[in-house]
Amino acid sequence: MSDVLLQAENLSKTFGNGVRAVSDVSLTVHKGETLGVVGESGCGKSTTGKMLLGLLAPDSGSVTFDGVPLAGLGRGRLRALRARLQVVPQNPQTSLNPRLRVRQSIEFNLRAHGMERAARRPRILELLERVGLTAVQAERYPHELSGGQLQRVAIARALATSPDLVVCDEAVSALDKSVQAQVLNLLAGLQAETGVAFLFISHDLAVVEHISDRVAVMYLGRVVELAPASQLWADPRHPYTRALLSATPGQGRERIVLSGDLPNPADPPSGCGFRTRCPVAETACQTEWPPLAEAAPSHQAACVHVSPVAVPG
Amino acid sequence: MTALTEAASLPDTTTISKPRRRRMTASATAAAVVVVLIVLTALFGPLLVGDPVAGDTAHRLLPAGTAGHVLGTDGQGRDVLARLVDGTRLSLLAGLIPVLFAAIVGTGLGVTAGLSGKWGQRLIMRTLDVFYAFPAVLLAIAIAAALGSGLSNAIIALAVILVPPVARVAETETRRLVDLDYMEAARASGASRSAIALRQVLPNVAPPVVVYCTALIGLSIVYSAGLSFLGLGISPPTPEWGLMVSEHTQYIYSAPFLAAIPALAILVASVAFNVLGDGLRDLLDVRGEVRA
Repeated sequence: MSDVLLQAENLSKTFGNGVRAVSDVSLTVHKGETLGVVGESGCGKSTTGKMLLGLLAPDSGSVTFDGVPLAGLGRGRLRALRARLQVVPQNPQTSLNPRLRVRQSIEFNLRAHGMERAARRPRILELLERVGLTAVQAERYPHELSGGQLQRVAIARALATSPDLVVCDEAVSALDKSVQAQVLNLLAGLQAETGVAFLFISHDLAVVEHISDRVAVMYLGRVVELAPASQLWADPRHPYTRALLSATPGQGRERIVLSGDLPNPADPPSGCGFRTRCPVAETACQTEWPPLAEAAPSHQAACVHVSPVAVPG
Repeated sequence: MTALTEAASLPDTTTISKPRRRRMTASATAAAVVVVLIVLTALFGPLLVGDPVAGDTAHRLLPAGTAGHVLGTDGQGRDVLARLVDGTRLSLLAGLIPVLFAAIVGTGLGVTAGLSGKWGQRLIMRTLDVFYAFPAVLLAIAIAAALGSGLSNAIIALAVILVPPVARVAETETRRLVDLDYMEAARASGASRSAIALRQVLPNVAPPVVVYCTALIGLSIVYSAGLSFLGLGISPPTPEWGLMVSEHTQYIYSAPFLAAIPALAILVASVAFNVLGDGLRDLLDVRGEVRA
């Protein structure tokens, strides 16, 4: 397919302390789309994001950006490629260097890709204007700005080198609901304007549903369900997704309360990692983690109940 | 009435404002004045006093307050004030140059170690730890003795022993930063490692290093005076505070306060730089700039 921008295949990462953060994750981001990645904290979504950015080497599996495998690149070519692959970090208070003015933070990225000094200033003002800030804020330090403004600057910085993909790692999670909505609308507007693709990582299903074209649900280091946002919302197939959706208020869904805690990722249960909390678990679930299977056209779920048996209830 | 005025002057809460005014304390301001006076004395003082080396053995050990010799004369009849003022130059140089060297080299090593992987970091920091095996003064004496006496060798010895503590400060600060979001964004930006070190890390590491080094100047003055006292620094008859203490102690029974004069100068300079360092800490707001 020609419109595939980023392809991750069978990514796995185990940390030195034995925590299997990510197991066998495959994701595809198409040009100009937003892929949401949702899951509880500790489910490996941020680790996946770091591997997609090439900031963390996977133990196995590969990341291919626009046809180029990241693993094979030398440092110089990887640096050049980074102009097209950017990040908006989670915490507005730490996403900008406290000792640099807003202008300097954005300038750093422009300079990294060799933009002339004379061209930088107008570009910075253009970027700030695009995210709803002014030249006044360009000379401010981070502590002089509000959380929403800080995240706008982080977005402007990510967009500085006209990237094709921006990984937003919990980019709005620390913001108030009203500010969240503003920033989400800003991201949607920027996408319409520039055709940038987003990988939007969040624990907040409502936020992800609002902005994403497709959504991947992660549990204990694996993708358990992958579907177009509207379809996932209307017809969730994996019991974990159902439980998540039922916890989102105002949906009129019957509340499914999961028992127990997230298992220790250093010592996961045998078979399906979700079976210890799953309301529909059976003996078959103890042997292996079911692979992602087609539940509907372009809708995959990793559950023994998905195919061919219809999920009860 | 009061309540009304207070309500009217509530701060603007739309931005995260800094509650703390950046202002130096009174003691730090006083220390800054003393430091400026010391620097001015070193620059222009020698023009105002007489020859610090010319002695007149007929007027040995005159007490302070004698006409023509405000602080009296030393054992060879030389004017103590002239020697004290002239000695400011070398004492200050011996305080500043080693610290300047240690600040540059120590910051470079510390930042490099902090940004390196596990093995690079260990290699640099464990090597510097060797210096901690000996008391700093003893090490300075050993190095100065090995190199031979003289001002430049004393300065080299001091520079070497001051590098490890500065490197530690820089490395600790760098490692505090490496996992922060903006450093990840900097790595993801595609900038080179040196650009990240210079433009992202250094602005954060510089303030604590400057604060630390300001206090080190006082220490360096004391150490260099110590080396001169032991005969490992300046050679006579050039005036320097440590050397003067050494010379004056010979007359501790006949003129007990003579040795106290240069010793007091060392004390004042050392305390002034230390207090100034504390003041800079508040002024530069070292620590707590990230209030997440």
